[in-house]
Amino acid sequence: MIPRHLVISAAVMFAVALGMSFYVWHMRSRAKETQPAAAADGRPVAAPVSGPTEQVTLYVANDQTGELRARSARIPLPAGRQAHAEELLRALFSLYLEKNSPHPLGPGSEVRNIYLVDPGLAVIDLNQAFADGHRSGILVEELTVASLAETLSANLPGITRVKFLVEGKERDTLAGHADLSEFYDVSAVNQMVAQLQIGQ
Amino acid sequence: MRWINSIWISSKTSSQRARAAGLPILILMLMFLASALLLSGAPDEKRISIYSTVANYSLQVLERDGNDYVGLLEILEPLGQVSARTEGQHWKLRYNDVDAEFTNEKKRARLHREDFDLPAGFRLENSRGLVPLSSLSTLLPRILGGPVSYHDLSRRLFIGSVAVHFTAQVIKANPPKLVMNFSAPVNPMIATEAGRLRMVFTREPVLPPSSLNLTFDSKTILSANYGEINGAAEIAVNSTVPLLASFSNNGRTITLEPVGIPATQPQAAQVPSGPPPSIPASVALPNPAVPAPRRYFAVVDAAHGGEDRGAALSDQLAEKDVTLTFARHLRQELEAHGLTTLLLRDSDTTLSLDQRASTTNSVHPAIYICIHATSEGNSLRLYTSLLPPDSENRRLFLDWDSAQAASRTLSQTAQTNLSAELQHAQFAIHAYIAPLRPLNNITTAAVAVELTPPENGVAQLNSSSYQQAVSSALASGIASLRTQLEAAP
Repeated sequence: MIPRHLVISAAVMFAVALGMSFYVWHMRSRAKETQPAAAADGRPVAAPVSGPTEQVTLYVANDQTGELRARSARIPLPAGRQAHAEELLRALFSLYLEKNSPHPLGPGSEVRNIYLVDPGLAVIDLNQAFADGHRSGILVEELTVASLAETLSANLPGITRVKFLVEGKERDTLAGHADLSEFYDVSAVNQMVAQLQIGQ
Repeated sequence: MRWINSIWISSKTSSQRARAAGLPILILMLMFLASALLLSGAPDEKRISIYSTVANYSLQVLERDGNDYVGLLEILEPLGQVSARTEGQHWKLRYNDVDAEFTNEKKRARLHREDFDLPAGFRLENSRGLVPLSSLSTLLPRILGGPVSYHDLSRRLFIGSVAVHFTAQVIKANPPKLVMNFSAPVNPMIATEAGRLRMVFTREPVLPPSSLNLTFDSKTILSANYGEINGAAEIAVNSTVPLLASFSNNGRTITLEPVGIPATQPQAAQVPSGPPPSIPASVALPNPAVPAPRRYFAVVDAAHGGEDRGAALSDQLAEKDVTLTFARHLRQELEAHGLTTLLLRDSDTTLSLDQRASTTNSVHPAIYICIHATSEGNSLRLYTSLLPPDSENRRLFLDWDSAQAASRTLSQTAQTNLSAELQHAQFAIHAYIAPLRPLNNITTAAVAVELTPPENGVAQLNSSSYQQAVSSALASGIASLRTQLEAAP
């Protein structure tokens, strides 16, 4: 005959195991429900804004007016030129990825890296989501290129040329129109920006 | 530089000055001559092309004692698991589960524990095993365990069933077209010379049809010859007129058609005052058999096409279709003004940007107009090229990326004039400069037009009435610039 206290212990342990299984199943279902919402938010994680900040000028594209407008913004005070460049474009991208963006970019668009190469060359490496999600058209692509190149060159003295890469590789065009195969001369970009500031 | 300057400074007499002035030219000529001699003396590097189901690749061929050799390990590496080690004068190879042993400067080798004789001695150089090319057709089937075909004269090695076959047929349309269908996508290098277009296939295992020489029943496209040389296959098409190649069907079809001959006779009849269309002037394609060339006044380029759909303007409307229908309207309007016009693509074909630019430049038109369309915005847009401010070409050859530099002012004049004409026709218009190829590669006045949806929606972008109105205004603007454009060099 099995002692009574052993039967009671086994029954309690069985009940605990059943309860734990139900709890794990419940938690898994909840995780599944919350996951898609997190994935849909393609915005890059904003940099922490604690500590000192610096005022910079962002060149923000507006599709409605076909304009590129200078706008002041505050970004975290950077530790060096490269970090400064990354903060600048991060601030610009977070504007473009907002819900009511004046120049929407595809979800998940990000700057992978910026390389500052002497003398005066800035290489902007963008991710695949940026290129794949970009709208196709001469003006809309030109606005993006001009916005990125001008924001960098206006805030980082000494940049004379800008080159765009996608996932570390050269690409012929951004989305079928704006040429990405060549280096952008900043003086030529300035001409382009001057026209885009007149708007439509 | 300092030495040249000192000559200039110390020179006093006119004869000395003349001699000094000639010195830099003499140095340049000597350098040019030396380069030419060096280049002409350098033989083409011998290569073997290898085609397999895994990869297509090319290796350098080395000449030793009058025989051609190639590295055996390099051939096998892309095909499977291979390793090799050197033990004194012996070189041991293992490919998948096949063992082989070769001995330096010996013809006899061991394969699968059996003797195998090479036609010439094996070479062991810096732990690298070299086998004679002539041994490949017998050696490789034993190692790979499958069929291998080796074209000795052209050094092309086919491993397994990888061949790409093709058919060629002339379509007797007006103008006639040569349509070549390949059994797999191809991407040959295309070169043109007098009366001949050559396609060189270096990466594709293209094999000849039943006959190496194909003759066509056409007065324009006469024949095609197949040949193989230095690891490549070549198809040369002989014609009496310059030909333009376009790709379609995912690279499986190449269509060759005469450059710039209007598609149908009735369209040619629409030209009221101009002489009948004939062969375009072409620096790249001189052909003494062709009647005296004349230049087209305008080249109209319907952007995108074929595999490149351009922007998706709506669920049903692709940019490539809108640009093509508009380009046809514009050609009709220009020809109604007596301006001979070449449409770069008159069907849904793929043309690269370089092809568009080189064809345009070879025709020497007075103006190049590139057509784009977008679903965003409400005013038409005119673009000229974005060039660095100091991109003037002062050298003997034009820089491809800034070939437009000399014509920039003329392009801007055309842009201003066309803007005014479109505004006069009640269209809202904006003018920009844009980083848009091939505008910067064009050696004549070049503008791009971006059509935007009219007030009643994107679907109307392709409507005949809208396109007619815009093309009519553009053609009037271009016609009003005729004298200015024709005066340009």
